[in-house]
Amino acid sequence: MKQMLRTGMIVVGLVFSGVTAALPEIQSWTTDKGSRVLYVHASELPMVDIRLVFDGGSARDGEQSGIARLTNAMLDQGAAGLDAGEIAGGMEQRGAVLSGGSERDTAWLALRSLTDPELLEPALELFGKVISQPDFPPEDFAREQRRMLAGLQYQKQQPRSIASRAFFQRLYDEHPYASDPTGTEETVAALTVDEMEAFYRRYYVARNAVVVIVGDVPETQAREIAKRLADSLEAGEPAAALPAVDTLEAQQKVHLEHPSAQSHVMMGQPGLQRKDPDYFPLYVGNHILGGSGLVSRISEEIREERGLAYSAYSYFVPMERKGPYTFGFQTRNDQRDEALSVLRETVKTFIAEGPTAQELDAAQKNIVAGFPMRVASNSKIAEYLAVIGFYDLPLDYLETFPDRVEAVTNNQIKDAYRRRVHPQNMVTVIVGGEAEAQSEL
Amino acid sequence: MRGMLGLVFVMFTAVAVAGQTTHEYRLDNGLKLIVKEDHRAPVMVSQVWYKVGSSYEHEGITGISHVLEHMMFKGTEKYPAGTFSQIIAENGGEDNAFTGQDYTAYFQTMEASRLPVSFELEADRMRNLTLPRDEFLKEVQVVMEERRMRTEDNPQALAYERFKAAAYITNPYRNPIIGWMSDLEQLKIDDLKRWYAQWYAPNNATLVVVGDVDPKQVLALAKEHFGPLKPGKIEAVKDRPELSQRGIKRLEVHAPAELPYLMMGYKVPVVMTADPDADWEPYALEVLAGVLDGGTSARLESEVVRGDAVATSAGAGYDAYDRLQSLFMLSGTPAKAHTVEDLEIEFREQLRRLREERVPNDELARVKAQIRAAKVYKEDSIFYQAMQIGSMETIGLSWKETERYYEQLEAITAEQVQSVARKYFSDTGLTVAELVPQPIDPANPPASAGANAQPH
Repeated sequence: MKQMLRTGMIVVGLVFSGVTAALPEIQSWTTDKGSRVLYVHASELPMVDIRLVFDGGSARDGEQSGIARLTNAMLDQGAAGLDAGEIAGGMEQRGAVLSGGSERDTAWLALRSLTDPELLEPALELFGKVISQPDFPPEDFAREQRRMLAGLQYQKQQPRSIASRAFFQRLYDEHPYASDPTGTEETVAALTVDEMEAFYRRYYVARNAVVVIVGDVPETQAREIAKRLADSLEAGEPAAALPAVDTLEAQQKVHLEHPSAQSHVMMGQPGLQRKDPDYFPLYVGNHILGGSGLVSRISEEIREERGLAYSAYSYFVPMERKGPYTFGFQTRNDQRDEALSVLRETVKTFIAEGPTAQELDAAQKNIVAGFPMRVASNSKIAEYLAVIGFYDLPLDYLETFPDRVEAVTNNQIKDAYRRRVHPQNMVTVIVGGEAEAQSEL
Repeated sequence: MRGMLGLVFVMFTAVAVAGQTTHEYRLDNGLKLIVKEDHRAPVMVSQVWYKVGSSYEHEGITGISHVLEHMMFKGTEKYPAGTFSQIIAENGGEDNAFTGQDYTAYFQTMEASRLPVSFELEADRMRNLTLPRDEFLKEVQVVMEERRMRTEDNPQALAYERFKAAAYITNPYRNPIIGWMSDLEQLKIDDLKRWYAQWYAPNNATLVVVGDVDPKQVLALAKEHFGPLKPGKIEAVKDRPELSQRGIKRLEVHAPAELPYLMMGYKVPVVMTADPDADWEPYALEVLAGVLDGGTSARLESEVVRGDAVATSAGAGYDAYDRLQSLFMLSGTPAKAHTVEDLEIEFREQLRRLREERVPNDELARVKAQIRAAKVYKEDSIFYQAMQIGSMETIGLSWKETERYYEQLEAITAEQVQSVARKYFSDTGLTVAELVPQPIDPANPPASAGANAQPH
């Protein structure tokens, strides 16, 4: 190990350069009706990305699991009297790309267009209609509902999807994060157009929205676009605060049988929220433990040393409330217990001992030197703006990011892991193989 | 991830945006270097493309190109196993590799001043791989796990693999990129050593750099690092043209699943195999794919999924840039009230219309507007710009084809779309496969699960 790193250092020394990334300059303001706007002027390519992000993900589903996803999917199925084909055609004949989606925290709609006014103007007009005047046509609703049900069936033939659903259920129990954004067969089948419209009216409102604009439009134009889009919405109210996530009190094991050659294993606990005092120590710590691909400890132990899995990893998903801290791999059923005990041992050792000074140094170098790549394209900048805007992070978040990574110490990582990561109280979900073949975890 | 690429570029385009220039060089040892400047951000991507992939393999050693790709991270004398990724990581880089039917490629994305790190390491492993047996024994197990994950436990992927094996007789595209499990089980380190010696040499590679770089400096660096490498003796891979098909082929694939799935594939030419007198045909097929599946307003979405609601998902796919004769694919999942037979009828009706009626102007205009936009959108990613250049060069075309492609598509007429539909969408060259769902019964695992187990 030492030998390898020393070799690495020599190469690094040869080409070291103190280049700093040209950071995008973020402008931010609030529209009349109360939407926060984040904008970056990127003039190199004649295109623009516009994204509206709403606090209207599945965390807002309540009993109607799947409603956030279906509502989002319905918006471009009919608006202001135009049908789905007219909306799609209006976009696509100008080369514009309309997309949308929803996860647990957020629901969004996005437009990518060329900036030629003859193309952009009509695309914006249509985008505004989709956002503010959806019709929820009953026939389209019935079809989209059937497609969503087919999607649920599809998940049942994918061990990974089965595992993920069970994992979140156990991790979050009564918390809104427990349910899958795609709902269940029962809840999706029961959804109605009226419920959809009510969900839309509650959450797709200006005060519950963040607008992101990145591209070749000057600030005056960006202000007009933001105003036009956000102010076409009802002002409404921001969504209520989500409840805190409970800490797991005991170990839980779930084994779901599936006729697969591999077992898919997910292990974890509630982890990080976006605004978290331990964010940087845990982020850098996990980079070393399982977050940096093949050079991380988990991959080293499970894949490189033992050839037990193609993919072995750990990651935090920082969310409004504590998102999951997930460890996982897939391996041939008869190797599952071996791989799982290697994983557990690796995590325990890391918590007990923390990273080595060399590991920390290497991780910090990786994150800091790789920083320019995080903001190297309009799409990536737009993603960051959405995160900064939605989670209300400071506008200098990107600027200060490398320094905050470099400031992390070994003791901070050790301390944060000891306080926050508890292998003895984690949920372990296994999908695949036969349950009786399972030994004590 | 050391992943594989299957059907990736259904529709890709490229152009020169003002201020961006592409430079082409060749070193004395035969290495081709293509540099494209893109100064939007202080980053670069460096890719090495080898002219070898699963379509270069023969029966018995399928998957060897992909296993070798994995082994390329297992060290040289100078940089032993594990060091490669570690050095790239310390320099903030992302590195990975992918194997396709026609290529094996390695890349590093890094802050632009770190290009020498990438060149130093790539040049070293181009000729000096040690291929240790103990590393191989572990890594081939990793690849088998990869195969289980991607194919064995994924019913649609499993069905697609069987579909391709049935559609082709002599064309090597019949074999999966990741290889058949029995071939992986019998692979030996000596097989890999031979494969490496046979294909990994500067005169069988293309080096592509896109980003915030100066072409002259890149050339000087390339000469410094790759220049000393000795060329190899590369023997052209034997030509194995597909036998002409003599009628429709049908197959069923039974696997534990919830949803049925239909695939239809017609034998069609690609740019590399097109008749010189009809070299526009692949471009017409690309436009035709756009008419069927170029967005939510295209025919499959608007008529098959929304209008008649026969399918919950439906797609068409064609890649003009395969090296060998390829397939024009239609695939989809029937809606609950319908069967795969209904969906096949629906797809056939779509193709009948393309044969009998010219595509209206507004549809053709829509496809072309999308292509024009896509060529700008693609410029937002240095990685895909490099991918286009590398893949075109590797199948035997010039990077200039990335611009020609756009011009060719613009010129395609409704008559030409109709002409390829008439010529190629006949049962003679058709293969139809159906995934027939079997109960997901945990007590009855598929035969492959145990049979593939192999101790270290």
